[in-house]
Amino acid sequence: MHSSHKIPLNKILLAIASLSVLALAGCAGSPTMISPASENAGMITNLFFILFAIAVVVFVIVEFLLFYSVIRFRRKSTDGMPEQIHGNTKFEIAWTAAPAIVLAIIFVLTWQTLSALAALPTDSLKITVTGHQWWWEVSYPDLGVLTANEIHMPVGKASTLTLESKDVIHSFWVPELGGKMDLIPGHTNRMWMRPTQVGQYHGQCAEFCGTSHANMRFEVFVDTPDQFDAWVAAQKLPAVTPTTDLAKQGAQIITTAGCQACHSINGVSAMIGKVGPNLTHVASRQQIASGLLDFNADNLRLWISNPPAVKPGSMMPKLALTPDQINALVAYITSLK
Amino acid sequence: MSAPASHDTYVMEHDHRKLGIWIFLASEVMFFGAVIATFVVFRGRSTSGPDPREVLTLLVPTIMTLVLLTSSVTMVMALQAIQGGNRTRMWQYLVATCILGLVFLGLKATEYTHLFSDGITPSANIFGSVYFLTTGLHAAHVIVGIIWILAVVAKALRGGFSAENYLPVEMAGLYWHFVDLIWVAIFMVVYLTDQLKFM
Amino acid sequence: MTTQVATLPAKPREYTGVMSWLTTVDHKRIGLMYAIASMFFLLVGGLEAEIIRTQLAQANLKIVNPDLYNQIFTMHGTTMIFLAVMPFMAGLGNYFVPLLVGARDMAYPRLNALGLWLFVLAGIFLNSSFFLGGAPAAGWFGYAPLTSMQYSNTNGVDFWIWGLELLGVSSITASINFVVTIIWMRAPGLRFNRLPIFVWTNLTTSFLILFAMPSIAAALILLFLDRHFGTFFFDSSGGGDPLLWQHLFWFFGHPEVYIMILPAMGIISEILPVFSKKPLFGYTAVAYSSVAIGFIGFTVWAHHMFAVGMPPAIDAAFSLASMIIAVPTAIKIFNWIATLWGGSINLKTPLLFAIGFISLFIIGGLSGIFLATVPIDFQVEDTYFVVGHLHYVLFGGSVFGIVAGIYYWFPKITGRMMNEKWGVVHFILQFVGMNLAFFPMHIVGILGMPRRIYTYGANLGWDTINLIETIGAYTIGIGILIFLYNLIQSWRSGAVAGNDPWDGDTLEWATSSPPPAHNFEKIPVVTGRRPMWDVKHGGQKMDYAVEPHGFHMPPPSIWPLILSFGLMILMFGMIFGVIPLVIGLVIFVAGLAGWINQPAI
Repeated sequence: MHSSHKIPLNKILLAIASLSVLALAGCAGSPTMISPASENAGMITNLFFILFAIAVVVFVIVEFLLFYSVIRFRRKSTDGMPEQIHGNTKFEIAWTAAPAIVLAIIFVLTWQTLSALAALPTDSLKITVTGHQWWWEVSYPDLGVLTANEIHMPVGKASTLTLESKDVIHSFWVPELGGKMDLIPGHTNRMWMRPTQVGQYHGQCAEFCGTSHANMRFEVFVDTPDQFDAWVAAQKLPAVTPTTDLAKQGAQIITTAGCQACHSINGVSAMIGKVGPNLTHVASRQQIASGLLDFNADNLRLWISNPPAVKPGSMMPKLALTPDQINALVAYITSLK
Repeated sequence: MSAPASHDTYVMEHDHRKLGIWIFLASEVMFFGAVIATFVVFRGRSTSGPDPREVLTLLVPTIMTLVLLTSSVTMVMALQAIQGGNRTRMWQYLVATCILGLVFLGLKATEYTHLFSDGITPSANIFGSVYFLTTGLHAAHVIVGIIWILAVVAKALRGGFSAENYLPVEMAGLYWHFVDLIWVAIFMVVYLTDQLKFM
Repeated sequence: MTTQVATLPAKPREYTGVMSWLTTVDHKRIGLMYAIASMFFLLVGGLEAEIIRTQLAQANLKIVNPDLYNQIFTMHGTTMIFLAVMPFMAGLGNYFVPLLVGARDMAYPRLNALGLWLFVLAGIFLNSSFFLGGAPAAGWFGYAPLTSMQYSNTNGVDFWIWGLELLGVSSITASINFVVTIIWMRAPGLRFNRLPIFVWTNLTTSFLILFAMPSIAAALILLFLDRHFGTFFFDSSGGGDPLLWQHLFWFFGHPEVYIMILPAMGIISEILPVFSKKPLFGYTAVAYSSVAIGFIGFTVWAHHMFAVGMPPAIDAAFSLASMIIAVPTAIKIFNWIATLWGGSINLKTPLLFAIGFISLFIIGGLSGIFLATVPIDFQVEDTYFVVGHLHYVLFGGSVFGIVAGIYYWFPKITGRMMNEKWGVVHFILQFVGMNLAFFPMHIVGILGMPRRIYTYGANLGWDTINLIETIGAYTIGIGILIFLYNLIQSWRSGAVAGNDPWDGDTLEWATSSPPPAHNFEKIPVVTGRRPMWDVKHGGQKMDYAVEPHGFHMPPPSIWPLILSFGLMILMFGMIFGVIPLVIGLVIFVAGLAGWINQPAI
């Protein structure tokens, strides 16, 4: 009569486990902490796998005991009153001590890794990241470079990030390169990274910061030392002067249409706005609108025509520009390599 | 007000109100704890505005403390009076307590006026914010206490309370003493440590 | 002068129909109303969840715009915590704590009613924000400075502030009631070491509420002042600090989660012995562990703040405390399994959900260890890993516990049995749905998906997992609807339950289903932890207490409702200005005056 109650819980759990493995394997394109590309991220991943192993063992044992007890001691019509056991001190001690010991071990490992992560290197590349709603201001104070939404780092060398915010709390997170750290107005936080693999790594804001929190994304490029030096050299140059007529028109419009209130372009005296990203080398970046769109003429047109439509709540307004004006702007901005 | 009297009798007690008040006051201690902790955490963190040490005086707050302590004494006298069956004396002492409470509030008002004229307001700087928060919340509790005591007085004037029935007076008294104690804590943290530089 | 003693009215005012419910001070009716209102808000929160999951089912969907999405996820969290789980626990506690301790009512009946009405009206107040300028959209945790007027310039956050203040008062009044009832109103012989575990957990939870809620009450006042009076508490430009909000909030927020889980653990501790026909294994250990969890719960709050830049020694201290709290939790789990072991297990729906609770809580507890391990937390904090963890403990834990309690106690409350077949269907849907919805969240968090995002890019590999989660969420939804159907049908026409359909151990089964207004004809004298088992299977004879003064039940009162109503209008006044402020104050004072003038007995 009660056989309909026999739920194949074991089967369900197995399904979930296989699903997990599948999901993990299939999502090689994800910015995942379990494929670390830096020394500091590697420390965390190692600790993660140790914990995972312990967790699996505990899970299997305890869930087994639970489900076994229910199945084995299922009421039968022949049952009398079972033995009325009130407790067992030895068991209590055992299952108090066992978790305590395991956790003590985990804590020791925690403390070791935490100390290593907290020890800022004495010699490192200094990068300052300032959070804004909803974009990332990136500067290299010792190198005189100012950019936005894209970070370059040399492989094999330590970088120390100084994290600040201009408005609300944000959080800097590039899973493959390290744990996260908050950007808090009125505070300065620091973290270090030593990337070990050249590549491109996805990052996103990880502290709810308002309407377009989901859209506050960025990319980190870990370069070879030569690539990095070349990038720095190019970033330090003042803005390219436009050569085509359309681009020259754009260069005019950008200083008068309202863009000048928020943006800066090195070498253009009218462009000294501090509210929005520096655009000197915007065309050298892979994306615009803090990781929302790949950088190309069409996307740029889309963005400039109506920023709040692309990034809701965006403080970059929809300006009253004609299609011709927008085309001119696009021509100019795409020249700002 | 005791646990079930013996092994086999049970009385449905209706008058557990004293334990309730104590528990409520314990909760209030946590509340003021958070508020006073906020004050301590922000000590010295103003980015502009006058330094509190230039503006806060010690004389008036000391008088305020004495006034409130005296009001606790009159409160105790009121309770003693009704425990001895003397309703008239009780409400007279209660009125005295209220008057002292009002004096306290009046002195606080003069202090506030003096601070406003010196440029310290809640929105002037963080010191202004925490100062008015702490003392303001306390003042609100004093006001509630005065109203509470007046309600007890009103009931007494209509013939309530006796030597056997005075729990509401005791409860009001507990609350009042609590408010007094909180003031002593505020006095020490806000005024004494600043003035006497007990950092 | 004549001594005037508070006298009984000649004949207590009697109400009928709706008025009798609005004026009741009977803990059972109040508990039932708590439960029904909570169920309603559970559905509201559930609808919000389904909208969230629909929006996230695939990348770049546009089902709702981000402003609305942010309001919805904020209200989902706020509703589930403050308007569903907490009041459900208060409701079940309200109904059963007096019965379990052998009392005829709670210590302060009118205060009890006040707690109920404050909760119901606060829930209405909070949700009215959707129609009055926008619901709060800064998250259930409302971090400064996002909640400042500069960055949240609608009324939403103000609704959140005053709604939560009302709910805080409601919870504190209920807690005072529970503590005094449990301490002073136990039946003769009911020593503390004979208390049902559900009563122990209620007692501990009440102390948690009393000591934790004041912190958020203070924080909300500070936030209101910052928003409307130009103060600088959370504003770094004037010397304030956004982190103060986080400390004050989480000092409340962490005990809050133990407030939500402890009563559920109590319910499980009641159900397992009855359906195993054995006593709870390790009663003393379980009782002590419950209290220990309460105490330690106050020392772990900053594990929600590991990534804010605190010194590593501080991070480590909170990490250690967070691991220590796992020990009493583990003790309870092992004792529960040992209760089942060697028993004669009756696999009815209450037990199904109890077992579901344990199995899901094991997972939630394990993922918690990951979060307590600071370096790992640096990666998974603020990602879907945390969302997975919290739903395992809050849904797999608290909600499964509540549902188990409803299936267990429905016969006592209504006098009828719920339909067992539909119960099993509900269990399967909820258990499977739960794992489908929330287990993959651990994975997608590890794959880099942050939380509180209204959409995500298509090239990040999160689509399939999110779709699975959405299917799981819908599965849960169907299960809940079936549960509702079962509840309503069974109430109307379920099989008659009788006093003791489960062969229960504790005092509530000694009286009729539903119990009379006065609970027991005669108060039993308690001689053990399982008074009913002792009588039915242990050969003991039930002894009854003598009540030398007889008893009378407290009269009904309209004043708690009026006072609550006044407070609600007052809260509208805090947002909309002087007129509702004054009206609310007047009604509040009228309610208070009426209350004081009504005789207590």
